[in-house]
Amino acid sequence: MAKNLRWKVLLIAGVVALAVFAFYPPDQKVRLGLDLKGGVHLVLRVQTDDALKLETQTTADRLADQLKTANVPVGGVTATSATQFSVAGVQPDQDQGFRNALTEVDVNYDRSQNGDTYTFTLKPNIVVQLREDTVTQAIQTIERRVNELGVAEPVVARHSAADQILVQLPGVTDVNRAKEIIRSTAQLELKQVEQGPFSDENAAKAAFANNLPPDMQILPGTIEAAPGQPASTGYYVVRRIAAVTGRDLRTARPTLDENNRPAVSFSLNQEGARKFGTFTQNNIGKQLGIVLDNRVQSAPIIQSRIDDEGRITGNFTNQESQDLSLKLRSGALPANLTYLEERSIGPSLGADSIRAGVTSAAGGLLLVTLFLLFYYRLAGFNALISIAVNLIILLGLMAYAGATMTLPGIAGFILTIGMGVDSNVLIFERIKEELKTAKGVKQAVAAGFDRVLLTILDTHVASLIAAAFLFNFGTGPIRGFALTLTIGLLANVFTAYFVSRTMFELTLSRRQVAKLSI
Amino acid sequence: MALFENSHYDFIKWRWHALAFSAAIIIAGFAYGIQRGIPLGIDFSGGTILVVQFEQPISDDQVRQALQTIGGEQVIQAYGDPAANQKLIRLPQVAEEEGAALDQNARAVVDGLTKANLGKFEVISQELVGPVIGADLQRKGIYATLASIIGITIYIGLRFRFAFAIGAIAATLHDVFVTVAFLFFFGYDLSLNIVAAILTITGYSVNDTIVIFDRVRENLRSKRRDSLEKVVNESVNQTLSRTIITAGTTFLAVLSLYLFGGEVLEGFAFTMLVGIISGTYSTIFIAASIAILLGNKQAKGRPMSARKVS
Repeated sequence: MAKNLRWKVLLIAGVVALAVFAFYPPDQKVRLGLDLKGGVHLVLRVQTDDALKLETQTTADRLADQLKTANVPVGGVTATSATQFSVAGVQPDQDQGFRNALTEVDVNYDRSQNGDTYTFTLKPNIVVQLREDTVTQAIQTIERRVNELGVAEPVVARHSAADQILVQLPGVTDVNRAKEIIRSTAQLELKQVEQGPFSDENAAKAAFANNLPPDMQILPGTIEAAPGQPASTGYYVVRRIAAVTGRDLRTARPTLDENNRPAVSFSLNQEGARKFGTFTQNNIGKQLGIVLDNRVQSAPIIQSRIDDEGRITGNFTNQESQDLSLKLRSGALPANLTYLEERSIGPSLGADSIRAGVTSAAGGLLLVTLFLLFYYRLAGFNALISIAVNLIILLGLMAYAGATMTLPGIAGFILTIGMGVDSNVLIFERIKEELKTAKGVKQAVAAGFDRVLLTILDTHVASLIAAAFLFNFGTGPIRGFALTLTIGLLANVFTAYFVSRTMFELTLSRRQVAKLSI
Repeated sequence: MALFENSHYDFIKWRWHALAFSAAIIIAGFAYGIQRGIPLGIDFSGGTILVVQFEQPISDDQVRQALQTIGGEQVIQAYGDPAANQKLIRLPQVAEEEGAALDQNARAVVDGLTKANLGKFEVISQELVGPVIGADLQRKGIYATLASIIGITIYIGLRFRFAFAIGAIAATLHDVFVTVAFLFFFGYDLSLNIVAAILTITGYSVNDTIVIFDRVRENLRSKRRDSLEKVVNESVNQTLSRTIITAGTTFLAVLSLYLFGGEVLEGFAFTMLVGIISGTYSTIFIAASIAILLGNKQAKGRPMSARKVS
């Protein structure tokens, strides 16, 4: 064997060994996509307007507060849209005092004046920044929740549009629970209850002579009935500004209340404990509203000063109390989420797909093998080896890159077989032609490979262009297909040209071959 | 063994017939599709698809009755292996009202089936696509197909002469249109998988064309005295065995996918099958014809071309 040839054979053996090492054992190293393993694929939209609204409302409230302390009387501070609020009735002689109070507001808001009314609009770059931050925060929160759920290899990432998030949870079967956990805002607030509960909203308003002070709001809540009885809805008048929020939570865990029903206990961090201690001390005898996502869960009477411990009771099941603790631990979402897309595949269907995919790939390979051996005889064997090496490299690279195998990805394998056959046929047909011009077998083989190389490169580049756009376009399974096709094409240039040629040279180096079996 | 050895078919003679034949298929297919309404899958139109597995055999009508109260145009059909008692239920998109949840229809289906007492059942897969995603995917699908075609045109334009690039792209567009026409004829919904198959077809079809053009380029160098028609026809004949064999084997592989790949890949495999046949046909009849038409036009202004000036 020529030295040159020996190196080629060693190189091929090395590549195959590396590839096998990369994907063996396949059940551990080849990642299966959702369509094969079962699981949930979700696309959510973050209602970033919520965050803008909150920012504007908070700023407006703070300004109203500041004006009050500075003794600057105004007609009213009202938020008019998510990004705008206005201050009406600023008296001319108070204008200077009013303007002095604006240093903080002016950082983020553009100001315009019309008579005695000032309008403040959130600056466009701040709007963009806030939206961006909201989505990032939502992603981080969802990531924490998904991790707490114990899902293996989850995906939580930005989706195509700026306000969309992609969540993929392989192996998750209880779709509704997963969706609920991801979506709940889980905004915990501890607020002072002024009055309540009332049977309906109007009764609550009437208690304040239909003129609710601006620093108060009406929230729906659950009224506990005797154990075993269904709870009813009531309305509470509470302070708008919370004494403590979920941000000050240190941890939360499921527990039982005094009636042995599931509940959630939480503890506060230092900062929260200090605020909560002062608040409870000053409000002994009053009701404490435990507000979750703008609903009063319970409103116990404050008996004594409480520092850092609290408990949320309600009509929870065991599962609900566990999920709520999980959500509180992982923090509140900065905005509401809505689902735009949901695809869930049961594990049994995934197993069916694996079976179908493997059967069709095996069937395809078998048909191609029969044909190649029948039509090209021994040369067909060469082609088969090069196709087999191609598939091994493909599997190895996919495992190495951590790519996921999807059902369309299996279709990509089958097309790779097709491409492999294509290149080999191209070469063989060319060799046949060259043989006719009677230059001798060796020269015919060499000329066949040389002449065809450029064609193979051209066809592969064109296919790679199509595969690249496919990858860009697709989500999930389609990306798997595009990736498989791309790797298959790249591997094919190596196998069809180099491996197949080496096989020919190997055959021809052994003995004087007068006639080629092709 | 050898097929089509020393073949000398005069393909170029048939180019007008071929163009007319293709045009007829495409026009008929699109007329049919547009008249019946272009069937978009839920990936693009939005909507709900559930696959439900029942414990006992249930007829489509029983399911239809159970879901009577849910409005909209429903599709109910058997799914997968008939012995598995699986039904596919497709519902249109939930009207986009305030607060309408994406899974509203899916919940209604589960409620309806539970109330109708059809025995135990399990939802084994559920796909809900909202209007935003549907519109997004539609836009992206069209963009990707166009971008892919433009990208390939530019590449061929760089590697070959411009007339060839146009010929290759005409052949590719031809294949895309013929494939879509057949999808309309056979009532397949356009889905993500099918668009993926169409994009693959663009790559595959150009592949075949490049092989012939490569040969034309090579022959133009060695046979400067022949007319472009003659050189092209000869090149098509020289590569004919390769064209047919490759198409045949790829067809076999994809046929296996069509037969054994299961419900999910059926549309994908069908699209590929049609695309492979169309791709082979267009490679032989369409790509070269158009390259000759444009090539000759160019040649009139440029005597340096391969065309014999008689």
